[in-house]
Amino acid sequence: MTFRKYLVLAGVTVFGAAGDSMLSHGMKQAGNVSLRHLSNLFVALLNPWVAVGILLLLAFFASYMNALSWADLTYVLPATSLGYVLLALVAKFALHEQVSPLRWLGIALISGGVGFVAGGEALTSHGHHESPLLAKDARNGAPRSVPTGVER
Amino acid sequence: MKHVYTWGAIFAIVFASVVGDVLLAHAMKQVGDVHALVRRSGVWTAVRRILRNQNFVLGVAAMAVAFFSLLFALSWGDVSLVAPAAASLTFIGNAFAARIFLHERVDRRRWIAAALVAAGVALLAG
Repeated sequence: MTFRKYLVLAGVTVFGAAGDSMLSHGMKQAGNVSLRHLSNLFVALLNPWVAVGILLLLAFFASYMNALSWADLTYVLPATSLGYVLLALVAKFALHEQVSPLRWLGIALISGGVGFVAGGEALTSHGHHESPLLAKDARNGAPRSVPTGVER
Repeated sequence: MKHVYTWGAIFAIVFASVVGDVLLAHAMKQVGDVHALVRRSGVWTAVRRILRNQNFVLGVAAMAVAFFSLLFALSWGDVSLVAPAAASLTFIGNAFAARIFLHERVDRRRWIAAALVAAGVALLAG
């Protein structure tokens, strides 16, 4: 794991948490969306909170794809779940909401889960350990011979 | 009735995001380490290779389904129920799916991590 990779995981965490909270705030302002009034959905997209939330979620998606290119799904998901902890801390210290003991327990469990997975290796799906150059070349060498860039 | 709608939407979110996550993870493994790819052949080659990957396109479509299910769910139920419930169930679903479809070695460490995170996320709803 390089510093850059930790930055990518941090990006997944922060962009995801910020995007989700802005989106939900905006959707609460925009009101109900139902199957009968689908047009409300397009009105909702004009809400600035929803728009910025979507932009942040795009940034989240880019970092997420980046992380998935060099780490397992079952590594990236727990490793970036600190976003929920982040949301609770924002609720407590920025929005001054009450955070119940049960929620603190939830935060502790998530942090424990993150600690658990962070101690392990990031990539297992190709049967080799996360050891650098050989693995990279093996994975990137192959597609070069496929001119379309689409494998299989 | 609102309850049924909300939980129906939650399960739609979970199913669509597990399918999407598995397809996207598979696509990105096919593309290979983005850092190395960008360093060797530039950003646009990397972007083009990702966008041309079939699994990536299908994965994005599944994620779009999950996203719109989320919008519906959020308009019916509280964000404090919908978001943790969907995320928590998605964690567990992904652990199974990654093991079966992506052949990731989900060892005891990762099962414990997934279970802890899923339980923690569920508690945040309380």
